[in-house]
Amino acid sequence: MRLLIIEDDSDSATYLVKAFREEGHVADHAADGLTGYAMAEGGGYDVLVVDRMLPRMDGLSLIRSLRAQNDTTPVLILSALGQVDDRVKGLRAGGDDYLPKPYAFSELLARVEVLSRRRAAAASAEPTHYKVADLELDRLTRKVTRAGEDIVLQPREFRLLEYLMRNAGQVVTRTMLLENVWDYHFDPQTNVIDVHVSRLRAKLDKGQAVPLLQTVRGAGYSLRVEGR
Amino acid sequence: MRAVRPTAPRAGAVPDVVTPAAGAPRPAAKASQPRSALFRSTAFRLTLLYMGVFAIFATFALGYVAWNARNLIEDQIRQTIDAEITGLSEQFRQGGIRRLVNVIEQRARGPGASLYLVTTPFGERLAGNVEQVPVGLLDRAGESEIPFSRNGEDQPSARPAVAIVRVYLLPAGFRVLVGRDASERDRLRAIVRRAGGWSLGVVLVLGVLGGFVIARRILKRVDAMSATTVSIMSSDLKDRLPLAGNGDELDRLAGNLNTMLDRITVLMGGIRQVSDTIAHDLKTPLTRLRNRAEEALRPNATQEDMRRALEGVTDDADNLIRVFNALLMIARLEAGQAREVMAPFDASAAAQGVAELYEALAEEAGASLTCAITPDISAFGSRELVGQALSNMIDNALKYGRPADGSAPMITLGLAREGGNVVFSVRDHGPGIPPDQHGRALERFGRLDASRSQPGFGLGLSLVRAVAQIHEGTLELKDNAPGLAVVLTIPAARAQGEPDDRTAR
Repeated sequence: MRLLIIEDDSDSATYLVKAFREEGHVADHAADGLTGYAMAEGGGYDVLVVDRMLPRMDGLSLIRSLRAQNDTTPVLILSALGQVDDRVKGLRAGGDDYLPKPYAFSELLARVEVLSRRRAAAASAEPTHYKVADLELDRLTRKVTRAGEDIVLQPREFRLLEYLMRNAGQVVTRTMLLENVWDYHFDPQTNVIDVHVSRLRAKLDKGQAVPLLQTVRGAGYSLRVEGR
Repeated sequence: MRAVRPTAPRAGAVPDVVTPAAGAPRPAAKASQPRSALFRSTAFRLTLLYMGVFAIFATFALGYVAWNARNLIEDQIRQTIDAEITGLSEQFRQGGIRRLVNVIEQRARGPGASLYLVTTPFGERLAGNVEQVPVGLLDRAGESEIPFSRNGEDQPSARPAVAIVRVYLLPAGFRVLVGRDASERDRLRAIVRRAGGWSLGVVLVLGVLGGFVIARRILKRVDAMSATTVSIMSSDLKDRLPLAGNGDELDRLAGNLNTMLDRITVLMGGIRQVSDTIAHDLKTPLTRLRNRAEEALRPNATQEDMRRALEGVTDDADNLIRVFNALLMIARLEAGQAREVMAPFDASAAAQGVAELYEALAEEAGASLTCAITPDISAFGSRELVGQALSNMIDNALKYGRPADGSAPMITLGLAREGGNVVFSVRDHGPGIPPDQHGRALERFGRLDASRSQPGFGLGLSLVRAVAQIHEGTLELKDNAPGLAVVLTIPAARAQGEPDDRTAR
């Protein structure tokens, strides 16, 4: 995955570039809005990580200008102004995701990976059928089976599993689940999400030799066969 | 709003908040100001202004009276002249020029007589008591004002007397001049002028004195107030302005300033308390974080130990970040930001969603979360913020709502429409909060001592209150008998047909 990080704070930019490279991605860095815009326009990036406040061209104008040129590269906005109204403004400008500072790198990584995958998937129509190992989910009949046996899920559990399967193999964080399954963007103060996941896990993995719903320590969850 | 002064946990005597006069140091040094300060003072300028206005009114009033009197006198003179001319023309008609000359000679000799002059059509003098007239005066009929001197009279004064005269043409071409001395009028003018000068002088003196005294009286109090304010500012805001007790404007001003000082004291107390609490409450997790890091740095720590310690450090740091995020969010909400995300939203669905989110957690905690949600209620505001508020309310109930007898907590999430409002409530059957501590429970870090053993920072309900404020709604704590009811009221969405604009707020 090729990433462009547009961030004026050199410390955090250096940290991000290094961290993404360690994860096996290609990461470039632009220190101001105009340079970033020129580099992004050159194309070839899978995801742009854009700070909201940038010298020479602020983050939102940069995104608007790109979108005006029909550039659909997914953009994740980083911002110190992590509040409801700012999120709305950022997404209205054409951002695809929004992450308030301070953030955990694992959260940023998970979101960037999902964004780049979503772009690849957007080319083809969303599948109606998901399959991870012997777990299957049919979006039309809303039927879930594991090794051929039916699993009965509540509607919310179904949406949770659907999201996990759509991003199978990726790490999804608690806040991503809260956003996509419950459509709330706040930080849950307690382990509310964990309880839902462990219930789903009980239904999926109970009595199975291979657990599928993994907990990724310090980051979130991932639906995959352990050991990748 | 008259806020209650927090009981400062300070040793020593706590002075009464409103200290009339006694506590206020008098500004003795301020009394001897330099001269130039007088001219810049409001007192001086007010005095000048008063005086100017007084003088203008006095001049106007006096001038009006004089003008009227003068008109009256001139009218009288003209009437007299008219009457004389009528009489003389009558004599002329009856007895011709001879009789007229006789009558005039007779009348001209009387004391205080009018002025008379009869001439031929060519201007030769026939009779009368006027010595000289300006050239050409007699050629045309009409009224004019001339200087004059009577026959046989010395000029007593350098200034010639002035008369109002009228020239009248008789049928045969004879001219008659009748006039009256106008010095009466001029005397009046002089009197008025003198009186005007005097009264203007008196007005000036009185104006200066009166204005100065009045302005001094008022401004002395203002000066005293401003000096007291300075001394209050330089001290610790404990003193208050003295009140005269007569309820006038200055008293009200002083009262309002005192109320403002009270409010500032309360707010400062709040800030001090919050920063104290931040320092105190965040010290514990920071110390723990530091200890964990230290643990990882032990010389004989295994890889596994280090990993666990670092994971703990990350968790602790996350918690701290969460606290600061909550603090920031409360501050931003209280500052009135996030208004523009307000729109009508489905309150029932929002409540249902939050309930669904928490049901599993409640069950896990051995509690039961039931809903009493009226369907299809829409509210005006931010679904996101209300969702967060509800989640905090439920969180709070799960933490503190356990009944005293140890039985399973029963929490009810309610939603109902009451008039123009949407009312969310979370009720539990726990120990509740005594009414006198309700305010404390809503403060930042306002954890009640009984709950200190529970995890959390006491920010939950203050965030809910901030959400209520930005929706122009209310947050109330009520007795659920037994237990606590937290009630959040926000405005309902307006009826259909109204635009769902954000600018309407």
